[in-house]
Amino acid sequence: MEMPSPNPAILACKSRLVERLAKVLPADAVIEDEAETRAYECDALTAYKCPPLLAVLPRSTQEVSDVLRICHEEGVPVVPRGAGTSLAGGALPTADCVILGVARMNDVLETDYANRTIRVQTGRTNLSVSGAVEEEDFFYAPDPSSQLACAIAGNIAMNSGGAHCLKYGVTTNNLMGVTMVMMDGTVVEIGGAHLDAGGLDLLGVICGSEGQLGVVTEATLRILRKPEGARPVLIGYDSNEVAGACVSDIIKAGVLPVAIEFMDRPCIEACEAFAKAGYPMCEALLIIEVEGSEAEIDHQLRLITDIARSHNPVELREATDSDEAARIWLGRKSAFGAMGQINDYMCLDGTIPVTSLPHVLRRIGEMSKEFGLAVANVFHAGDGNMHPLILFDANKPGDLETCEAFGAEILKLCVEVGGCLTGEHGVGIEKRDLMLHQYRPADIEAQLRVKDVFDPKWLLNPAKVFPLSTTQSRRAPAMAAE
Amino acid sequence: MTPQSEAELADIIAAAKGPMSIRGGGTRGSSGEGDPLSVAGLSGVTLYEPGALTLVVQAGTPVEEVKKILAGENQRLAFEPMDHRGLLGTQGVPTMGGVFAANTSGPRRIQSGAARDFLLGVRFVDGRGDVLSNGGRVMKNVTGYDLVKLMAGAYGTLGVLSELSLKVLPMAEACGTVAVDVADLATAVAAMSVALGSPYDVTGAAYDPDAGTVFIRVEGFETSVAYRGEALLQALAKFGEARMTLGEGAALWEGIRDVAAFHDKPGDVWRISVKPSDAIVLAQTLGATALQFDWGGGLIWALMEEGTDLRARMNVPGHATLVRASAQTRGAIARFQPEPAPLAAISAGLRAQFDPRAILSPGLMG
Repeated sequence: MEMPSPNPAILACKSRLVERLAKVLPADAVIEDEAETRAYECDALTAYKCPPLLAVLPRSTQEVSDVLRICHEEGVPVVPRGAGTSLAGGALPTADCVILGVARMNDVLETDYANRTIRVQTGRTNLSVSGAVEEEDFFYAPDPSSQLACAIAGNIAMNSGGAHCLKYGVTTNNLMGVTMVMMDGTVVEIGGAHLDAGGLDLLGVICGSEGQLGVVTEATLRILRKPEGARPVLIGYDSNEVAGACVSDIIKAGVLPVAIEFMDRPCIEACEAFAKAGYPMCEALLIIEVEGSEAEIDHQLRLITDIARSHNPVELREATDSDEAARIWLGRKSAFGAMGQINDYMCLDGTIPVTSLPHVLRRIGEMSKEFGLAVANVFHAGDGNMHPLILFDANKPGDLETCEAFGAEILKLCVEVGGCLTGEHGVGIEKRDLMLHQYRPADIEAQLRVKDVFDPKWLLNPAKVFPLSTTQSRRAPAMAAE
Repeated sequence: MTPQSEAELADIIAAAKGPMSIRGGGTRGSSGEGDPLSVAGLSGVTLYEPGALTLVVQAGTPVEEVKKILAGENQRLAFEPMDHRGLLGTQGVPTMGGVFAANTSGPRRIQSGAARDFLLGVRFVDGRGDVLSNGGRVMKNVTGYDLVKLMAGAYGTLGVLSELSLKVLPMAEACGTVAVDVADLATAVAAMSVALGSPYDVTGAAYDPDAGTVFIRVEGFETSVAYRGEALLQALAKFGEARMTLGEGAALWEGIRDVAAFHDKPGDVWRISVKPSDAIVLAQTLGATALQFDWGGGLIWALMEEGTDLRARMNVPGHATLVRASAQTRGAIARFQPEPAPLAAISAGLRAQFDPRAILSPGLMG
């Protein structure tokens, strides 16, 4: 993956930059030592690494504003970083950038149960937002699988989803307001505890903009009362087609489960070997969860299992108690860990129309043979968000490249059938060069024009999301000015 | 002008010499100044996949037509778009383009989300006459910037919508309404807060001060509605006399959605969005002729004496839109809430990028 070469003029001004930043930040908030900046050399896409020029760890919106103002004046690129869990390289530095980490900003600023909102600093982790309102039986709905570690800042940057978004939506549907610092240091308030925008929906375009439009330091989030209960059912089929048809029939019947997870045979086998959850060995496994009171759950599960039975499942297992429910989820929740045990893997994130599922799985199987790399599929079937895991050996020369080429072909296939490159992980650097498969040049240009408005000097996370060739002329002036 | 295809729409905009007033069916009274340009000619369903909960329609497709097609598969537009004709006294046929251009949502917005939350993808023609697309037709998509949200609620000022992909949801099997007679607004907001903070998935929470009644709606499977309605009845009994009706209620909630209480009543109509609990203090200072509350108190409809600048009386955060007013009042008071300088600059910057010649309903939004 190509990254722009560092600007020598910026590298040369490091000491001046450190001096200026030290005036506005506490001593321990400016990290310049090469041994220490290495901690910020990559995110969860570990195949790519580059230590930044500096890292800063501000504690307040004011400090973030001071940092950005100084970097703006000095013409230094800034790469915002939440918890560094991006699988797409969204927080990958360049050698001439300042990493702006929000990890120290993790306070809860206000919980308001009467109005069902919480306001937090964005360095706070996703799960600890729910943790902060748990005592009143409330929760924050978006639940990316990295929720123990990932920060709200990154969730907003990538518009993160999770397993339960079929019912509750993704980050953008649960984000009500932000305090954001613009690249020139200006602090803006957008939205709040009230609903919808009074003018243009700026919040809507900021969410998912991968840290390219501003640095979000505080957020007002919608919290919800927990349902009375939840229970999963596990259904196994001997073909992907039948499992896909079952999902479609359930949705058509008017039942809206909170989650419909789908695993294919390679994934079932790996999970079983790793977690021993007692999954049946079959071609396709569905885990479907519904919520409500005991009676409501019974009613919905009856509707679902009736439909499932009409498709002749090889296995149908309803959880009768919480232990059994946990066992049904155990394999699915350990899928990524299971894969990591076997091999290095690359996790893709394309979305497809649910109806294309059998076709896409068949094609992935064929391509797996062509590329000579195994692939396991686990995904959110209700919304078509796939997570093919391609297994490779990082120590074997050429394997990573083959894996990336295979991954690119899968994502192109997703676009071909009417889907998209990424459903919840973001573009980052990983899918940057595939953007022209999804969008025509004019559609890309329209997006670049949005960044022109928010960040005219193209200093915020400039080498991400869009193919470098499409942003070259915009990034060049910053280089030339030095 | 009523182009019959997206290509024709693009040609018209590219060749335009002056401002155009962008509209769908022209029923929402928010088309701006200039030569009328309507997307009503772009009509029809392009794709409907009930099993994937997705629908792709041309922007000029009538809302009623879409509702009928969805009803055939027991599905619906969950965000419950308002019909403005009764309130504004407009004629014409509301279109899907108009619904999304105005980000029009009804009582269910608090539970299922706004129109913008259901819009998955758009095709539109910008002020240069270029046909652009963003998003797609899948439910989860973070590929590039979300211009879909930006277009929803932009009233055509950043581009004229030509095609929309949206998420639809199953129709509920049953509906129940719990009505509670309350003493005052503070009690009403407290009751609605309890209902919305319950685990019973409330899909409507409105208050009619004229009747002194709070209405709480639950929807779902029949057994579920009966159970949840009963539980809410118990929880809300402490706020006033409470009763439940099962089955009916469509007319009641349509009336709430369309602000039927203000139809044919003289005066300006304002739509205010605030934090629900702020409604209590705000209502005291507005000096309104009449008020109606939805979204647990967070959406306030205010009937005001003609020409009153309600915003001067706003003492809480939020925003107010002047939805109905005479031409004279419109000349004096902006339709949309003015933004603080840095946000106004961003909005103006976006307009300049998407509509550099300022021909798409200029001045409508700022």
